[in-house]
Amino acid sequence: MNYSYYPGCTLKTKAQNLEKFALHSAQALGVNLVEQEEWQCCGAVYPLSTDEIATKLASVRSLAAARDKGESLVTLCAACHQLMKRVNHDMQTKEDMREKVNNYLQLDDNYQGESKVIHYLELLRDEIGFETLAQKVKVPLKGRKVAAYYGCLLLRPKEIMNFDDPERPTVLEDFLESLGASAIHYPYKTECCGGYLSVDKEEVVEQMVDNIIRSALEQGAEEIVTACPLCKYNLENSRLCSKGEISISYFTELLAEALDVKEA
Amino acid sequence: MVSREKITPDMAKKEVVRICEISDENIVDCMQCGKCTAGCPAVHGMDILPHQVIRLLQLGQIDQLLQSEAIWSCAACFTCASRCPRAVDISKIMEALRLTLVRVKGNNRLDIEKVPKLLDKNIPQQAIVSGFRKYVK
Ligand code: SF4
Ligand code: SF4
Repeated sequence: MNYSYYPGCTLKTKAQNLEKFALHSAQALGVNLVEQEEWQCCGAVYPLSTDEIATKLASVRSLAAARDKGESLVTLCAACHQLMKRVNHDMQTKEDMREKVNNYLQLDDNYQGESKVIHYLELLRDEIGFETLAQKVKVPLKGRKVAAYYGCLLLRPKEIMNFDDPERPTVLEDFLESLGASAIHYPYKTECCGGYLSVDKEEVVEQMVDNIIRSALEQGAEEIVTACPLCKYNLENSRLCSKGEISISYFTELLAEALDVKEA
Repeated sequence: MVSREKITPDMAKKEVVRICEISDENIVDCMQCGKCTAGCPAVHGMDILPHQVIRLLQLGQIDQLLQSEAIWSCAACFTCASRCPRAVDISKIMEALRLTLVRVKGNNRLDIEKVPKLLDKNIPQQAIVSGFRKYVK
């Protein structure tokens, strides 16, 4: 099965492991992720004001390119995913924006939000299925106590992201169980890590990540997985993590491990 | 902070109207239940709490908001928006307040000269791009 794949900047630089393990695993699962040509940075944060259009154009270009190939657009970074989903939703529902964007881009075919955007986790859950995934596991992650950290961008706003229950999501836990690991449930799994505040207000971030990690440790977690490079960075910078109390990795790393393609 | 003054939309000041336009949110819908504040993960960095932000807007007291740390402590996590029983999206209102400031020339929140110092060897590009999008125009 062929998919258009949008990596984003961070996966080509500081978060290469998120991508590398995802691509190895996809291959092992018989999924063909074809990186889009000439993709541009999505901008990392969805522009929340109604009067910004230019900062959404990069996402529209990728969405339209996937449409032209007749493929779903697969994302991996949680931030890119939020951008693609929300801009796509704008293009479907906001007539004035659709008109301005199309007037500006002058595509061969006007873009109206036709593309389907799916996150890699949705690909595993909805297109491959966790049962099938479980059958392909070669090295079950037995005895690993893993806490799934969702953060904000995959889940909210619920009506647009349509990813999972925003208060009690289970997709990452189901994923971990299918790899043979023990998923640890803890109350702070959907709390914000502080995101980009680490550029401006480190002291605010410190308490936010501390709450999350303490909550996971209290429930017996030994490691945390995430789908977002900035979540990983913030969690790793925490006091508890620096002391070596817990480790943070991308969910794709555990996937590659279980499929035995980590060193591929 | 909470008074019982009756609010009508037409008494809003020009600046408040602009915030509502940029955010496309309706501040009169807020009934001051406080659910947004109860769930906000960044309140420890806020001098004005999320529900108070809306109240001050309702009362037209925008200057206090523009001088607050609260608007800069908001992490745009969308928790308030996803839990509000009246469908008010505070993340968009916080953004509109920030934009009111940074869109003025010479008013960037982030001093670009200081950026290289902020970069440690692990900081993801995503953080830097976000910082530029949020703090610089
Ligand atoms: S949750 Fe909604 S209605 Fe309640 S105080 Fe906050 S903004 Fe107002
Ligand atoms: S979007 Fe801002 S105000 Fe709302 S819960 Fe998150 S940090 Fe608090």
